[in-house]
Amino acid sequence: MLSIAAFVQGRHAQAFPSFGSERTGAPVVAFCRIDDKEIRLREPILAPDVLIVQDPTLLHQVDVFQGLQPDGFVLINTKRTFDDLGLADISSRYRHERLTTVPATEIAMKHIGRPLPNAVLLGGFAALSGLITLDAVAHAIRDKFSGKVAEGNVAAASEAFDYVKRQMEELAHA
Amino acid sequence: MLKQTEGSHAVAEAVALSRPEVICAYPISPQTHIVEGLGELVKDGTLAPCEFINVESEFAAMSVAIGSSAAGARTYTATASQGLLFMAEAVYNASGLGLPIVMTVANRAIGAPINIWNDHSDSMSQRDCGWIQLFAESNQEAVDLHIQAFKLAEELSMPVMVCMDGFILTHAYERVDIPSQADVDAFLPPYEPRQVLDTSDPVSIGAMVGPEAFMEVRYLAHAKQLMALDVIPRIAEEFSARFGRNSGGLIRTYQTDDAETIVIALGSVLGTLKDTIDEMRADGIKIGVLGIQSFRPFPIAAVRAVLQGAKKFVVLEKSFSVGLGGVVSTDVRLAMTGIGLKGYTVVAGLGGRAITKASLHRTLREAIADTLPQLTFMDLDWRIVNRQLEREAHMRRSGPIAENLLRDVGAVASKVH
Repeated sequence: MLSIAAFVQGRHAQAFPSFGSERTGAPVVAFCRIDDKEIRLREPILAPDVLIVQDPTLLHQVDVFQGLQPDGFVLINTKRTFDDLGLADISSRYRHERLTTVPATEIAMKHIGRPLPNAVLLGGFAALSGLITLDAVAHAIRDKFSGKVAEGNVAAASEAFDYVKRQMEELAHA
Repeated sequence: MLKQTEGSHAVAEAVALSRPEVICAYPISPQTHIVEGLGELVKDGTLAPCEFINVESEFAAMSVAIGSSAAGARTYTATASQGLLFMAEAVYNASGLGLPIVMTVANRAIGAPINIWNDHSDSMSQRDCGWIQLFAESNQEAVDLHIQAFKLAEELSMPVMVCMDGFILTHAYERVDIPSQADVDAFLPPYEPRQVLDTSDPVSIGAMVGPEAFMEVRYLAHAKQLMALDVIPRIAEEFSARFGRNSGGLIRTYQTDDAETIVIALGSVLGTLKDTIDEMRADGIKIGVLGIQSFRPFPIAAVRAVLQGAKKFVVLEKSFSVGLGGVVSTDVRLAMTGIGLKGYTVVAGLGGRAITKASLHRTLREAIADTLPQLTFMDLDWRIVNRQLEREAHMRRSGPIAENLLRDVGAVASKVH
């Protein structure tokens, strides 16, 4: 959906999953490149500019920050803060105003009634990175889903967008 | 229409635009999304008339495809990996009978060890089966090749395999231009069979042929593949004239005009190679890429013409003939007969191992410096290879190799605490 949102804004985008055992609960990774020209490169993303962590229980099992650019952005799906998550060390290595959290699962429960944080996190991503607009996220959601599911996700993404925007303003003044 | 879509879905749309009348398939990753997409299009009436047949195996899929094609229906199927192996007998029959079936192979490794990831072992195992084998570099090319494949297959009355990298292409979302139905209809005329099972004009198809004519029937298959060397570029030109982009053909070159070193490859890795070559060119290295779109028929003359001006070549391939080395390399070396060109074979990306720009930079620079072994396995983990060799040297019951290596890399999924 991120690649669709980028496409809606006239950009080239390439999205692909890490390919593995597709069982529920298994750790998975997915990648997205966004560019203004055709994307020919097919290697996995080794040094991301933006990192979205959907499941904070992975934080201490997998080195999810591996390769993250020094001025990279981070968005973690959690109610807690970086310090609460035991990530004080990470906070000190990166630009603190780019390290954000959003309770995407809770927001999804409120709007969709199911713990599906994916589209919600895209709203947060739009606020955090400025690479895509909230309108483009809504467009991508409606491209994939319809009816109540689509509108619930759009509302949830929009709430996450506002949440992350506010948090970034607070971080900027902290 | 330009859209951002999954490779498999784009291929399903392209196949549907080609108006197949029978689709049969058995699900296997990473091909499944293609036939799922087609199943939906048949069910909702978008693709009609078309019969979608669920079969019990890949062997049945190809057998049904043979029957429906012989009955005069435009026929499509898709498979990968072990699925292609399981249908192998029928694959040979389809080409031997001269039936213009189109099949997608979503390239995937072959077990054991079982592995669902991408390499080219599956379609390469059917290298000599008599089908035309085309390789797609991108999802756009995969779409375009399928539309061209039906035209090519039916013009020559022989089956065509469109090979696209499993997962890397089939599961990637990228920008794809899906042609209009009117344009595809104008490009691809209705199927007019050379042979058909027709009760009003009965024939038999599939006679037993003894020593008196077997070689001749086989030679005619070869003669058709040689004709394909002319037909493939012609169809690619017709496609380009109507749809406004270059897709398919026998080969495609990138920065080869003044290149001293030419890298030869098939499929999606060509994109990563082009990015790598741009960076090497910026460092003043004269290097180019030769993409092979048509692996069967193998365009010997075209490959030779491109390589003639170079000093050395590197074949980068996702396939491997155990006990020999490269598969594609062997064909390239045949094309080079009589030209004194230094050549290297680099086997890479087996079973989904990522082919990175960093590794390509290192490997290609070693080839240019002539420090690369003639046969190289890119990014091979010698540590675990040597540990296993030592284990086997020291004890008789060294145990299952795959499990040992997984334990050594520390990633075994089960039974290790």
